[in-house]
Amino acid sequence: MRSYVPNTESERQAMLEAIGLKDMYDLFVDVPADMLLKSLDLPEGKSEMEIRRLFASLAANTDQSTPIFRGAGAYHHYIPAAIPQLLARSEFYTAYTPYQTEMSQGMLQAIFEYQTMICDITGMDASNASVYDGAHACAEVMIAMRASKRKAKVLYSAGLHPEYVETMKTYARFAGIELVEVPLCAYGQTDGKAIAALAEGAAGILVANPNFLGNIEDMDALVEAAHACGLLFGAVVNPISLGELKKPGDYGADFALGEGQPLGMPLNFGGPYLGFVATTSKLMRSLTGRIVGETTDDEGNRVYCLTLSAREQHIRREKAASNICSNQCLCAVTASMYLSVMGPQGLEEVAEQCVQKAHYLADAITALPGAKLRYPNTPFFHEFVVDFDEKAEKVDKALLKAGYMSGLPLSRFDKADAHGMLWCATELNTREELDGVVAALKEVLK
Amino acid sequence: MRSAYKLVFERSLPGRKGYDLPKLDVPEKDVIPASCKKTAPVKLPELAEVDMVRHFVGLSRRNYGVDNGFYPLGSCTMKYNPKINEEIATLFENLHPYADASCTQGAVDVMLMIDEALAKITGFPAFTLQPAAGAHGEYTGLTLIKAYHDNRKDYERTVIVVPDAAHGTNPASAALAGFKIREIASAPDGGVDLEALRAAMGPDVAGLMLTNPNTLGIFDHNILEITKIVHDAGGLCYYDGANFNAVMGVARPGDMGFDVLHLNVHKTFSTPHGGGGPGCGAVGCTAELAQFLPIPVVVRDGEHGRLEYDRPLSVGKVKAFYGNFSVMLKTLAYIESMGGVGITEGAQNAVLNANYVMGMLRGVYDLPHDRICMHECVVTPTEEMIEKGVHTSDIAKGLIDYGVHPPTIYFPLIVHEAMMIEPTETESRETLDAFVQAMKEIAQIALSDPEAMHKMPLTTPVGRPDEVAAARNPIVRHQW
Repeated sequence: MRSYVPNTESERQAMLEAIGLKDMYDLFVDVPADMLLKSLDLPEGKSEMEIRRLFASLAANTDQSTPIFRGAGAYHHYIPAAIPQLLARSEFYTAYTPYQTEMSQGMLQAIFEYQTMICDITGMDASNASVYDGAHACAEVMIAMRASKRKAKVLYSAGLHPEYVETMKTYARFAGIELVEVPLCAYGQTDGKAIAALAEGAAGILVANPNFLGNIEDMDALVEAAHACGLLFGAVVNPISLGELKKPGDYGADFALGEGQPLGMPLNFGGPYLGFVATTSKLMRSLTGRIVGETTDDEGNRVYCLTLSAREQHIRREKAASNICSNQCLCAVTASMYLSVMGPQGLEEVAEQCVQKAHYLADAITALPGAKLRYPNTPFFHEFVVDFDEKAEKVDKALLKAGYMSGLPLSRFDKADAHGMLWCATELNTREELDGVVAALKEVLK
Repeated sequence: MRSAYKLVFERSLPGRKGYDLPKLDVPEKDVIPASCKKTAPVKLPELAEVDMVRHFVGLSRRNYGVDNGFYPLGSCTMKYNPKINEEIATLFENLHPYADASCTQGAVDVMLMIDEALAKITGFPAFTLQPAAGAHGEYTGLTLIKAYHDNRKDYERTVIVVPDAAHGTNPASAALAGFKIREIASAPDGGVDLEALRAAMGPDVAGLMLTNPNTLGIFDHNILEITKIVHDAGGLCYYDGANFNAVMGVARPGDMGFDVLHLNVHKTFSTPHGGGGPGCGAVGCTAELAQFLPIPVVVRDGEHGRLEYDRPLSVGKVKAFYGNFSVMLKTLAYIESMGGVGITEGAQNAVLNANYVMGMLRGVYDLPHDRICMHECVVTPTEEMIEKGVHTSDIAKGLIDYGVHPPTIYFPLIVHEAMMIEPTETESRETLDAFVQAMKEIAQIALSDPEAMHKMPLTTPVGRPDEVAAARNPIVRHQW
């Protein structure tokens, strides 16, 4: 058994005596006697060596070795070696929320830099210090939209990640918000013409770019349509795509938000990831969650502190803009490290390699008989939908057998979509892998 | 020596590069229409790797974690974060959340093992690990309560009763879950005032949200009466497990009549706080409420776990995927390391350490509730200190100069000038003695030279920040 209690038995006894008690049970006098556990029914504690063995055997019961051609909200990217090394600095990871300003300047400044970088890549004015993930970012922005416009209806594009929509639906149900879907048109893009008809009484709209199906949206037109109806516009963007595509600030979005996992966070079976939310200076006070601001100390030095806390739960209690307290701070720092080491060229190069490799893959797959691009006339970033003559789930299993994680069968989210598969390629996929999966696919489709 | 620290943007020089990628190995084509493309180069700092590394190492040196020293931040359970947990948490890094079920069994089993261990520790048969933080867990737990009443077509139950000593997240989470809040005053000992509780009950009450031990560090000895009163009125009982470190392996909320709870595994189960996340706000509930848990729920299927999605009464999802998985790995490593005996021993020593600190501070500071406490104690400056103009914040700043992270201050709100001290079980007697000594010396300075207190801290890289200016004229990003 491991004990992280440093005091020996005799020290514990001496401490008990120092405060006039006899044994540990004297400390629990307030607990009703019949509620006290005789013993906790868990196995004996394990040594460090046994812990290593246990987790090695659990990890051995996963397969993490196959080349990945699957994204759908969780993306495999190159992570520079400096990042895990720096994240191991325990001054960062063993700290609490930076409430004590003088002792937390490092974390506060790191978050301030994160906020600045999020603003710079999205073209917005203000960012919060993070929320739980991309799905939660959508829910928080939905709530912020309602609060800003005092209208309890929010639209979302059907091109949003299905799990983001599910999360928004949960929050909407309990917060009394009406959520209305704006459908996609035949090109797999948000049907801008449908917005006006649905906008009555709505506060805003959330649209993903690239959308869940990988397609690049006509954001200029969608923002124009939304603003014409008085809607706030939330652009849900993949931050890597901003190395290549227009920024939300360029097309006049009111909120830029999304999943920051591609910025240096491993796949980790779905978390921890990073929800980012940025907005205009006009809407800054509608941001939920923590925000770090710059100020000066008593000697005039530039310092950082948590600010605008009058929006938050510890001050406003039930009138707070949100209940969020802990966020994904270390993931925000991870993103900040990633963007610092990659720099502008690095982000652009990663984006460009994603685009090129995904298009190479799409061309090669659709050159095979029995495989067609679902949206051949729509631009895409690094994901695309292929319709197979074969059932997608069958293709998935067969490729797994051949040693590849294929694209995601869309039947996962829509049983009726039995033949569609959402593929993804990133800078991590080598030419050899790309050619390999296509060759294997050729065999499968025979 | 006080000084500002250069921002990463101020270290940027054009053309500097900290990365390299292999050359593009597929033919390059112009495939993105110009109308979709960015109109200007990306704006980010340009640094060599060594400059970037030194920048962040420098930042880390201006920060303070549990590994640096004592961190008795009340209600935050800043216990030591075992290193083996960090090591094993990297073992699933390349696992895609949508990988085929045949590739993920070991990961699903991790979640099953945690669910089943937490069931034994808390007395609740069903769990979700999806919430990413404590407040997220509160929210999720409250949606279960709402879903329960809705499912019974008992739509009138729209009120959550919250004691005034509660953390601010409690009313905020309840409001987000669509409830109205009915606040009740606490009894003089900080516990629930039973008369006030009875008076607050009615056909509109959906439930009670209770932090136990409460924010004064006191276990409510009326706990069984409290849950009975609420149940008799048709409400459900929510156990806020923010302070669960005091009772893990000692008593179980599931046995006390509670219906749902959340745990902050980043407090009780030793996973690091990361400077404010990622955490995990595991939610446990009774068998009756289990049908409302977010999807997917991990269910046992013979030897292994399985993710179950087909649960028509589920509240849905509260985030994408399954939760902060690497945090879960650390949780399981902790539980497996400690075992049943170790977990109980942890709680006992946490409570012992808090009582020891309280006992040693008696007579030097005021103890608004001078009785046995649980994992944390609340002390206040003496009247004499306050008359001399020395307040809780001054004492907190003074502690910094002794190399100690200050306790939580001005909370709970119901105690004037509160300092909430939570030592945790992973601190040694000599650390506690050094803290007590520092508190005593500060008390002396407060009485003999109160002006000196206002100048503290003197040893930090920066002095007291002007927070009013920060809020009045918010600068939340660097312009460069």
